[in-house]
Amino acid sequence: MIEFRNVTKVYTAGNRALEGVSLHIDDGEFVFLVGPSGSGKSTIIKLLTAELEPTSGSIEVNGYRLESIKKRQIPYLRRTVGVIFQDFRLIENKSVFENVAYGMRVVGASAKEIQARVPYVLDLVGLENRGRRLPHELSGGEQQRVAIARALVNNPAMIVADEPTGNLDPQRSYEIMMLLESINALGTTVMVVTHEQELVNRFTKRVIAINEGKVINDGMDGYYFNEET
Amino acid sequence: MGYLFKEGIRNMFTHGFMSFAAVCVTVACLVIIGGFSLIIYNLSLFVSDMEQQNRILVYVEETYDTGEAKSVGSRINMVENVREAVFMSREEAGKRFIEQQGGDDAYDGIDSSTFRDRFIVTLEDNSKMQETVEQLRKIEGVAMISDRPELAEGITTIQRILNIASVAIILVLLVVSLFMISNTIKLAMYDRRDEIAIMKMIGATNRFIRFPYFVEGFLIGVISGAAAFFIEWGLYDLLATRITQMQSMQLFNIVPFQEVFLPMVLTFGAAGLFVGMFGSVMSIRKFLDV
Repeated sequence: MIEFRNVTKVYTAGNRALEGVSLHIDDGEFVFLVGPSGSGKSTIIKLLTAELEPTSGSIEVNGYRLESIKKRQIPYLRRTVGVIFQDFRLIENKSVFENVAYGMRVVGASAKEIQARVPYVLDLVGLENRGRRLPHELSGGEQQRVAIARALVNNPAMIVADEPTGNLDPQRSYEIMMLLESINALGTTVMVVTHEQELVNRFTKRVIAINEGKVINDGMDGYYFNEET
Repeated sequence: MGYLFKEGIRNMFTHGFMSFAAVCVTVACLVIIGGFSLIIYNLSLFVSDMEQQNRILVYVEETYDTGEAKSVGSRINMVENVREAVFMSREEAGKRFIEQQGGDDAYDGIDSSTFRDRFIVTLEDNSKMQETVEQLRKIEGVAMISDRPELAEGITTIQRILNIASVAIILVLLVVSLFMISNTIKLAMYDRRDEIAIMKMIGATNRFIRFPYFVEGFLIGVISGAAAFFIEWGLYDLLATRITQMQSMQLFNIVPFQEVFLPMVLTFGAAGLFVGMFGSVMSIRKFLDV
């Protein structure tokens, strides 16, 4: 569950990235967070993962109060939120299997648990035969699937995908979105941050539109922007 | 734990070039500091050897017989700064004088009564020579004292300069080395900042991230310390052999490496480990703050 209450974020340089943002996302929801570049989408993700602290307001993510979270609790918060990035962020010198397994190693899983879980997750994302490959031997779509598998491997309460299709062609983008939708169908909350209007409109999901640091629309009516759009 | 240990070893090879650079810089710095310390050690031994040779001759009254003369020795030994007072009879002194003249026949037949019984006195601290000589003069039975205050003063000055210079130079070298080593390790860590950021993002604790770097630093430290030690040993032996072969350096006694083997092993080992482990752990600190 995500709860933003009147959150404002001002960077040290004085840039006002978010202005009184309030939003609530329930467990099991699928939400698109949309908006143009510089609208504050990335700031929301950084706040969600405690990479940044809010200047004012309160944030609750999966039971953690982020405005008062202790540093040593942050890794445990992050284990409840699987994050997927546009540039995949895989460890280049580790195999696909090891990249996914790494997510389990950080939580102290045994070798036996890893051997059982990683092939299952790779199968779920359609990479059952790619375990021994290195990331650079895979296509962009496949690399993003590895990132999704890594985000999923610890069975997090929520997946946050930051422009997950930004580096992919339309067909691969659609496939990734379908994969995220199927993950959501299994009960995981999914939040997709994107500015790809066409893609958003192909799915009938809740869309939170943000512009200039403010929520300007929250509903089921697809990609929405004010007069600048 | 086993996995993290293996990761540390693996990291060293996967980032082979940066590990190699860190080892090279550490070895170079350790060899330079070690070499300089050995030079200083040899010089200070040489100076203290010279100091030992700077003795005071305390002559006993002519009228004293050998027994009385020897009893003056116990009073000399009671003077605070006296390390040792060795008795030399007038006969011995005469014999030594003739030997020093290269056995010249002209000195044959010199009567030992021409010489005085004497004590060869060595001091604890040459800088206090003048006060000590004053005290010796007051002893009953002491007729005359032959000292060389300029030499004593010269040696004391050299020793002081050597002590200050060696501490200063070793400190400067140490600071420069630490700076160079920490920069090299920082570069190696900078190379991996993305990897560390990924680890943080998927919920790795700082301890989990640090441990392999700690292992890696330990290995780099051990390898650097061992390599520096053997290079130092080889260079030292080579130089020592050359110096002992040089005619002009005959006076200079080089300490054999075996004599400093243990302190060198311990110093190089400790320095390598300290630099390797703390260098790597301190360097990743700033990348952990994500």
